[in-house]
Amino acid sequence: MRGRSVRSLLWLGLYAACASALADASAQQAYCEWQSADFAIASPLCGLDGDPARGRALAADSHGGNCLACHPMPIDEEPFHGTIGPPLQGIGARYSAAQIRLRIVDEKQLNPMTIMPGFYRDPALANRIAGEFWGKTFLSAQQVEDLVAYLVTLK
Amino acid sequence: MTRLLATLMLVTLTLPAQAEPVSGYAFLDDSTREMQDDDFSNPGMVAVDRGAELFHELRDSEVHSCSSCHGENGEGMDIKAIARYPVFNANLGGLVTLQERVNYCWEINLDRFPLTPGSSELIALETYVRHLAKGETVNVQTDGDMAPLLARGEALYNTRFGQLDMSCGHCHVQHQGQMLRGQRLSQGQANGFPEYRLGRGRITSLQQRLTECFVSFRAEPFEEGSPEYDLLELYIMSRANGLEIETPAVRF
Ligand code: HEC
Ligand code: HEC
Repeated sequence: MRGRSVRSLLWLGLYAACASALADASAQQAYCEWQSADFAIASPLCGLDGDPARGRALAADSHGGNCLACHPMPIDEEPFHGTIGPPLQGIGARYSAAQIRLRIVDEKQLNPMTIMPGFYRDPALANRIAGEFWGKTFLSAQQVEDLVAYLVTLK
Repeated sequence: MTRLLATLMLVTLTLPAQAEPVSGYAFLDDSTREMQDDDFSNPGMVAVDRGAELFHELRDSEVHSCSSCHGENGEGMDIKAIARYPVFNANLGGLVTLQERVNYCWEINLDRFPLTPGSSELIALETYVRHLAKGETVNVQTDGDMAPLLARGEALYNTRFGQLDMSCGHCHVQHQGQMLRGQRLSQGQANGFPEYRLGRGRITSLQQRLTECFVSFRAEPFEEGSPEYDLLELYIMSRANGLEIETPAVRF
C-alpha cells in the first residue's frame, strides 16, 4: 500500500499546476526568441547563466522539469526513473552545451515525432493549451539554462 | 538540411503497427487484480449496486422503471448488443455511446428530465448495464457508417494537444509498456470502464479518464458528451475489440 501511495503522489504531482517555488522562479519573464543552427542553439536563452545545482533539482522535481519522468538519470536518491527516453548519464560527453540546449528547448526540430515536450518552444504553436498555461513556455529561460549547466556536467 | 533530416526521421520512425490488444489488467499488481476479481472487495461494485437501485426505481406516480422493460435483473438486455457500444444508430442521430443510450431511455421511455453527461447517476447506470455484459467480448462496429467516424476518432487520438504537445498515441501506442516515472504505461484500453480508481477513490467513466490525461499534459479538456470525446470513445473502444469487458475494473 505504501508503494501505491508514493506512486499516487508522484502521478498526481506530475505536471500538476503548482505554486512550487522552483517552478515559479522567474516564470513571469517574457519569451526570448532563439535561433538554431547546425542542430544546436549557440547562445544562452535571454543571455542568462545557468546554475548546475538548481538544474539538478529541477530535473527531479515533478513540478519542475520532471526529466526523471521519462529519463533514467544519475540522481540516485530519487526512487522512480522513467524509461521512455534514453538515459542522460554521459550526455555531456556526447553533446556540447549548445546541442543540449536545442534538445531541451525543442527536440521536435531533431525528431518531429518525438514525445519529448519542447520546454522552451514558442507557446503560440501549442494546440488547445489549458487556460492557465496560455502564452507560457513549460520552463523559463533561466530554468532551461540551469538544466543545460547541469547536463553538461554528466560526462 | 533540417528539413531533409526531419523527412528521413518521419520515414524511419513510423508508428508501430497496432499490437494485439492487452487489457490494463495485465499491468496491475497481484493485490489489485485480487481486489478486482472478488465482487466483495471490488469497490466498483458500489456503483453497480447504486445502478441497480436506479434501474428499479419508480418515482411518484410512475408506472415504468428500467426493469419493467429490461427484466428484473436486466435479463431482457442483450449483452452482445451492450458489447457493441458505442453504436451507429441513424434514428438517434448517428454515434451513440452507452451513456447516451441510457439517457435516451431515461428521457423518452421514463419521461424524466435527462441526466447530465458524466453525472453520478448516469455513470452508476452505465456501470450496472455494462457489468451485465462482463466477460463478453468488446465488439465495436468498424465498417459501414462507422468507418468515417472511426477515422475522425483516430485522427484525434493522434493529435498533439496542450503545453506538453503530446498525443494519446505517444503514451499508449509508441511508449506502451515503458515507465512514466513510477507508472507503467498501458495501452490505455477501455474494456474495464466505468472503472474504480484507487488513486482517486471513485468510479470513473471513460470520458472522465480522458480529461485526466488531457490535464496531465496541460491541454484544455473537451466536455463530457462532446462530439470530440464521443469520437475518441468510439476509437478507443474499437481498439479494445477482442478484449473481455471487465466492468467495473479496478485501476490505480
Ligand atoms: C515525456 C517524455 C520526456 C520528458 C518529460 C523529457 N524527455 Fe528528454 N527525451 C525523450 C525521448 C523519447 C528522447 C529520445 C529522442 C527523441 O525521441 O527524439 C529524449 C531525448 C533527450 C535528449 C537527447 C538525448 C540523446 O542522447 O540524444 C536530451 C538531452 C533530453 N532528452 C533532455 C531532457 C531534459 C533535460 C528533460 C527535462 C527538462 C527531458 N529531456 C524531459 C522524452 C522525454
Ligand atoms: C503523458 C502520458 C500520457 C498521455 C499523452 C496520455 N495518457 Fe492516458 N494514461 C497515462 C497514464 C500514466 C495512465 C495510467 C496507467 C495506464 O493505464 O497507462 C493512463 C491511462 C489511460 C486510460 C485508462 C486505461 C485503463 O486500463 O484503465 C485510458 C483509457 C487513457 N489513458 C486514454 C488516453 C487518451 C485517449 C489520451 C489522449 C487524449 C491519453 N490517454 C494520453 C498517460 C498518458
